[in-house]
Amino acid sequence: MNDTLLETKDISKDFSSVYVLNNINIKVIRGEILGIIGENGAGKSTLMKILGGVYTPTSGEVVFEGQTVTIREPIDAKRLGISLIPQEFNLIRELTVYDNVFLGSELRQKNGLLDKKAMMARTRELLLELNVDIEPDARIENLSTAQKQMVEICKAVSMNAKLLIMDEPTTVLTQFEIDILFRLMKRLRDQGATIIYISHKLKEVKAICDRVIILRDGNVISTELIENLSVIDMAQRMVGRELSQIFPHKHTPSEEVVFEVENLTVPGVIENVSFKLHRGEILGLAGLVGAGRTEVAETILGVRRAETGRMLMNGRQISISRPSDAVANGISYLSEDRQGSGILTGFSVVKNTTLVSLGSYCKYIIKLIQRQRERDSADEHISRFNIKTQSLDTRLEFLSGGNQQKVSLAKSIDPKPVVLIADEPTRGVDVSAKQEIYRLISSLATEGLSCIFISSEQEEIIGMCNRVIVMKQGGVMGTLEGESITEEQIMFLATGIKEGVA
Amino acid sequence: MTTVGIRQLMKKFEYQKYASFIALIVLFVLSSFLSPFFLRPGNLVNILSQVSYTGMIALGMAFVIITGGIDLSVGSLVAFDALLGVMFMNWMLAAVHNQVTAVLLGITATILVGGVTGLLNGITITRGRLAPFIVTLGTMAIFRSLALFIGNAGEVQSQSSLYGSFGLTNILFLPVPVWAMLFLALVLDIVLNRTRYGRYLCAVGSNTRVAVFSAINVDRVKMIAYTITGLLVGVSSVLLTSRFNAVSTSNTGMGYELDAIAAVIIGGTPMTGGRGTVWGTIIGAIILGIINNMLNMLGVSAYLQGTVKGLVIIGAVYIQRQRS
Repeated sequence: MNDTLLETKDISKDFSSVYVLNNINIKVIRGEILGIIGENGAGKSTLMKILGGVYTPTSGEVVFEGQTVTIREPIDAKRLGISLIPQEFNLIRELTVYDNVFLGSELRQKNGLLDKKAMMARTRELLLELNVDIEPDARIENLSTAQKQMVEICKAVSMNAKLLIMDEPTTVLTQFEIDILFRLMKRLRDQGATIIYISHKLKEVKAICDRVIILRDGNVISTELIENLSVIDMAQRMVGRELSQIFPHKHTPSEEVVFEVENLTVPGVIENVSFKLHRGEILGLAGLVGAGRTEVAETILGVRRAETGRMLMNGRQISISRPSDAVANGISYLSEDRQGSGILTGFSVVKNTTLVSLGSYCKYIIKLIQRQRERDSADEHISRFNIKTQSLDTRLEFLSGGNQQKVSLAKSIDPKPVVLIADEPTRGVDVSAKQEIYRLISSLATEGLSCIFISSEQEEIIGMCNRVIVMKQGGVMGTLEGESITEEQIMFLATGIKEGVA
Repeated sequence: MTTVGIRQLMKKFEYQKYASFIALIVLFVLSSFLSPFFLRPGNLVNILSQVSYTGMIALGMAFVIITGGIDLSVGSLVAFDALLGVMFMNWMLAAVHNQVTAVLLGITATILVGGVTGLLNGITITRGRLAPFIVTLGTMAIFRSLALFIGNAGEVQSQSSLYGSFGLTNILFLPVPVWAMLFLALVLDIVLNRTRYGRYLCAVGSNTRVAVFSAINVDRVKMIAYTITGLLVGVSSVLLTSRFNAVSTSNTGMGYELDAIAAVIIGGTPMTGGRGTVWGTIIGAIILGIINNMLNMLGVSAYLQGTVKGLVIIGAVYIQRQRS
């Protein structure tokens, strides 16, 4: 079967005369899973937002089921049967699963009141059909991230979506949950649904997609059947050059202990966490989602209050009850949740990079900001981190995810910390931005910065860290060092199959 | 120039930044056509001095709104604060028998009381983790009621002859309250745009969680904003009571919260916070003043002026929504 469900004809889009999409012509074939890959800023999300009615194209047209259509608003897309599942879910936390599934198209009784029973029954049916184990009357806020995603899919299916667009759906999922999602996607495809799957994770694209379209700098680079492309081919076409070794050379840290955590406990969250951090060391914090890694970071920063335990910086005990204390003691944090707690999208590049360290750019008792010094420093970061921005005053909402992440990193190291806690530093960024972030962290470590490196990606942990602490259910399961840092060993400890030596 | 060129130029022009200023000019031109008396220097000075009392309060309100909060208590606080100030001054006058000392101490006390009450608002909101709307709605009722109770719901006269004069004095053609408003705007504009505190204010309003993780003491930033508002209420109370040489517990400061919030919104500061403008707020206050002035001159009933004000506020917010 080879009939076209959707076709774009010479779609272009510019934002204040900067082209993000350049005459895009793609075809989506009914009943396929089509992968769209590309680096951050390649135009994937923009293209999908055009199909979803979030943006309107500057020129070009969309043909859906043989008809030229105009999609001005998300509602237009919905009517056509195009459903966009965004990276950030559009679910209302306070409502139940069935409320959300039927949001905007509620079933009513004859008297005009909501027919909750019917909606619940229909939702139960849908969930059963999708083979998902969620109660229809559960509240969204009590669901895991993966379950929320299932609800999003359920919502799309309930509206008889002909085309399902999934933007980076696996970023926040564990491997187990990813497997469930993939099974579900395949089943939907076999039932006749068409899916566009956007991702950075090439292995997953290889595993799930039938065809792949590669975008680079707003242009379609190639369209191939998946069996004709290896993961390495995909990566090289995305980046447009040969990928040299991704991880930089590990350098040996000094023996000197810089920072020490002793028996840190937050009841019900983390338990008896102890470790030592050496100068210039990159210490990995590995574990499954929910193992308590971010919680350790938050406790060190003073966002969570430790019931017992203490922290030592250069052998002296320090007390931290809020993030400003942490910064004053030389500890900086790169947040896993970029837009939620990392950067201010409404602030310019300069204002973001100096937000934590602003005090050092001020003079007089009224803390007058010395704007030129601030700009000079931001300029340095831009060239060191290779941040692509129109100007220093561009607001971050206009930067791509990878560049936002680099600004977030610049913001964390601008106070010149002794210890950097990097929490999922490469989440949602593309291969080349990843590589740059690895290089930056590695070079900072060579200069003497000690780094606590939290990541869910095993490769990263293995490629970057001198030592690795593996956590499970809030506790430290073991420490791995040198040759013993392998995917297997980490998984043994993370799942609790094997107890290590702490 | 081609039409495309003009269109691009118009695209680049930052309406957001100058919208209120353009509105002011349009209104100004319109008014000078509508009434021959509008452009008389006496009338213009009159407009400025009428808006100065709420205008300076609006400056503090802008800071509060930038943090994502609101302060409904300012009007009641003017009555409460002015009353305490005048009573204190009268008492001092009887105690020290020196006009200058009594007046100076009275002014200081009024401003301090304003600051302390503002701080109390701030502490309740931040430490109690309560919504600013609720807290200041409560204190709005409390301050007015206390003023009525202490002043027996009547008027309290100042016994000082000196006090009554300076609030009406002209310096370089403009009355003292106008100079006070302009001076305060100048200072607060620098605070907002050039100091660390101003930057923090916007950060807190944009995303509180990011601010917390960026080592900003969010509670302190908010408390200072409410305290600044209280201090400005204090200054306004001093100038107001000096103008009348008396306080009416039921009328003084009535509806000031509306005027102050309206000036901030019309000036271009979004209710959602995160950014704001000091001079825009002054322009917003002047726009309201001109509208009032014109309605008076055109003989529109004073009772209808609230309707117009309400429509202007809703319209301003609507235009903001369209822009974003």
